Amino acid sequence: MATATLNAEGLNCPLPILRAKKMLKTLNAGDILEISATDPGSVADFSAFCNQTGNELLSSSSEGNIYKFEIKRS
Amino acid sequence: MPDTNKLDNAKSMSIIVTKGSLDWAYPPFILATTAAAMDVNVTMFFTFYGLPLLKKELDMKFTSLGNPAMEMPMMGGHMAMPNLLSVMPGVGGMAGKMMKNLMAKKGVASIEELREAAVESDVRLIACQMTLDLFEYSTDDMIDGVELGGAATYIEGALKSDINLFI
Repeated sequence: MATATLNAEGLNCPLPILRAKKMLKTLNAGDILEISATDPGSVADFSAFCNQTGNELLSSSSEGNIYKFEIKRS
Repeated sequence: MPDTNKLDNAKSMSIIVTKGSLDWAYPPFILATTAAAMDVNVTMFFTFYGLPLLKKELDMKFTSLGNPAMEMPMMGGHMAMPNLLSVMPGVGGMAGKMMKNLMAKKGVASIEELREAAVESDVRLIACQMTLDLFEYSTDDMIDGVELGGAATYIEGALKSDINLFI
């Protein structure tokens, strides 16, 4: 299982989601995508995105102004 | 990830795009690209002043005229633009430049970028044939992949859609 990273810091809605989707397409089932973002709206948006697409949101956390997400590709 | 685009039970959304100014171009393109990223089949129907958003060269204008609720962040506060000021020569152009600068500073995507994402994610783009005739546009001026259609084309798709928006 591979792990990929996406730096979406400084990007505003809907770019973090669009970039994440683009990267997920290049991954295989079971691979992990680690995302860092600064958009506070991305917390709710990545949750909704994963609910709808069936990809698993393994974790959602924040360190200061940085929001971190781990998504497992379904 | 199952390719829901190929499944009959995939969700779908349609948007009628009627306005082509810089500010009004955002909601349809943001919703279309995000829905496509969430495996929703999206159709955008461009009619009247929304049609120029399909032109190869985008030249969107923005004005605060007729939009008295618009406020721009300014030195820690917000500045509204009275309509009386908005009609002055040069004020509209200045507001447009301010808006574009603000968007770039805040990491907001350009319309060009969102439109490219829409094309890449197979959003169906329909240009209204009647608007094309009325305002004498040519498909040669439009980006590749645009379909031509009319009200019936839209209705057929909208009847099968889970979300239908008019923007």
